Amino acid sequence: MLVQECLTLSAARLPEKTALVCGDQRFTYRELDAMSDRLGHALVRDGVTRGDRVALHLPNSLEAVVGLFAALKAGACFVFVNPSTRPDKLKYILNNCRARALLAPGRAWSGELRDLPRDCPSLRCGVRCGPDGPNPPPDLASFQAIQAEGPVAPLPRVNIDLDLACLVYTSGSTGEPKGVMCDHDNVQFASAAIMTYLGSREDDIVLCALPLSFDYGLYQLLMTFRAGGTLVLERGFTFPALILQRIQEERVTGFPGVPTLFAMLLRMDRSGFDLDSLRYLTNTAAALGPAQILALRAAFPRATLFSMYGLTETKRTLYLPPDQLEARPGSVGIAIPGTEVWIEDEAGQRLGPGATGELVVRGRHVMRGYWEAPEATALRFRPGPIPGERLCYSGDLFRMDADGYFYFISRRDDIIKSRGEKVAPREVENALQLLPGVSAAVIGVPDPMEGQAIKAFIVAHGAPVTEAQVRAHCRATLEDFMVPKYIAFLDELPLTSSGKVSKLGLR
Amino acid sequence: MFMEIEAIAPVIREFLARNFLFSDQGFGYADDASLLGEGIIDSLGIIELVAFVEKQFGIAVRDQELLPGNFDSVSKLSAFVHGKFTDAG
Repeated sequence: MLVQECLTLSAARLPEKTALVCGDQRFTYRELDAMSDRLGHALVRDGVTRGDRVALHLPNSLEAVVGLFAALKAGACFVFVNPSTRPDKLKYILNNCRARALLAPGRAWSGELRDLPRDCPSLRCGVRCGPDGPNPPPDLASFQAIQAEGPVAPLPRVNIDLDLACLVYTSGSTGEPKGVMCDHDNVQFASAAIMTYLGSREDDIVLCALPLSFDYGLYQLLMTFRAGGTLVLERGFTFPALILQRIQEERVTGFPGVPTLFAMLLRMDRSGFDLDSLRYLTNTAAALGPAQILALRAAFPRATLFSMYGLTETKRTLYLPPDQLEARPGSVGIAIPGTEVWIEDEAGQRLGPGATGELVVRGRHVMRGYWEAPEATALRFRPGPIPGERLCYSGDLFRMDADGYFYFISRRDDIIKSRGEKVAPREVENALQLLPGVSAAVIGVPDPMEGQAIKAFIVAHGAPVTEAQVRAHCRATLEDFMVPKYIAFLDELPLTSSGKVSKLGLR
Repeated sequence: MFMEIEAIAPVIREFLARNFLFSDQGFGYADDASLLGEGIIDSLGIIELVAFVEKQFGIAVRDQELLPGNFDSVSKLSAFVHGKFTDAG
């Protein structure tokens, strides 16, 4: 089964059903199917062929949803890029995957992306989405104009399920983002496994405020469409009261969140909202504390809470069956249906209950490796017992209890998890060190709202710099979620005996 | 504290220009431009903006009032702050 069949099969079965709610606009399955056919034809006309990469640098929107399915229908592989990604990193990603096409907001094409095609030689095709800025580049098609074209035939199926469906870029400890290659079968297998334990249904109405560039957000779309449900797509969770309003108005049944979002909702006075339609809540990206779990269950007594764990390299890995929540609040559970996990020590020996070791994952959700990064791939994806199969070595340390439930201990690298997003300290340090005369060390510090907050220690060797300058520089060069919340100035960075920066003493 | 709505907007514009656009050339966007939609502020920025209006205008913003209809443009925010004065008076 190909990923676009989430849409096409539901469109054949439930053509007039509302598939997507974006703000005050509603779209049926039939409309989305036809819109993605039109855009798919336009991409093919502009030279997109089987296996090409089509990048989507878009906020959660109709254009992002249609763009994803259009890329697949054209035989291509889609690549979401977070809408707050700055032009330099966007360029890096586009050149890394040699994107053939880019869908981006019209305003961005008129502004910071105007010179992009010059720096990205692989780009042959650009689409302007949403309102245009001044002097829109005339050689780029507009989403709206494409949709004004007449009816078109469905595109011929050109892929098989071993072809890549998407690249999901993820931060590595080196600071350079890597594209996780997901084939159609990986994505469909992972979706089906998750839908099995969530009990996804055709009458589900799922509210997604997570960005589609985050695989947790992306799969909400794919799974809801596959079940024939309705997706309420929000731009983000900046306005938590708006989310509660939408849950009430749309009678939402499924609500995926991250600890930051749940912390915001728990802090609010919810008495004016009717939230009884909620059937389930899911949490991943970072663990909920036992107190937060209790508070959530008290706040949403009718909803079942799923605690989960995953990594982009296998999509979802573990989930805690809700009937275990009381007995094992600190556990993220067992392998998702149809897969297996175990823990190993550094010598590759399987460990039993109580011991701490690296989580190893086996199943058809183990992705195909990192795009054109054989060394990083060889480290994370290693051969399994049967010739040709891949295991995923998660890089995360876990412990298993006597009944086979898993507990997250720590990461092996120094990646920070802030607001549910992965942040490589190295990437923030590299950005800070572009300031003249500045050296920097970045750590994560515990934060009740963000899980971990980013804290930067700055040493100015030359002219003094102010906190405002540092913040302004970060806002101009880094994605929103990478901008340090705390900035501290030091006379010098602590060093280890070998002369490397020592972060152990930094708080 | 009471201020006319015409007096509120410039204070907000200046705060946004200084803290989010890093500009001493003024705000440069229309008063009805979407702060999030235009990328002028992000979700952390909204929290800073709330703290600013609470302190600057001596009002309290309740969680339920933190909505795009109140905060997503200079004109919406000015009207919201003005409404607070009127409610209180």
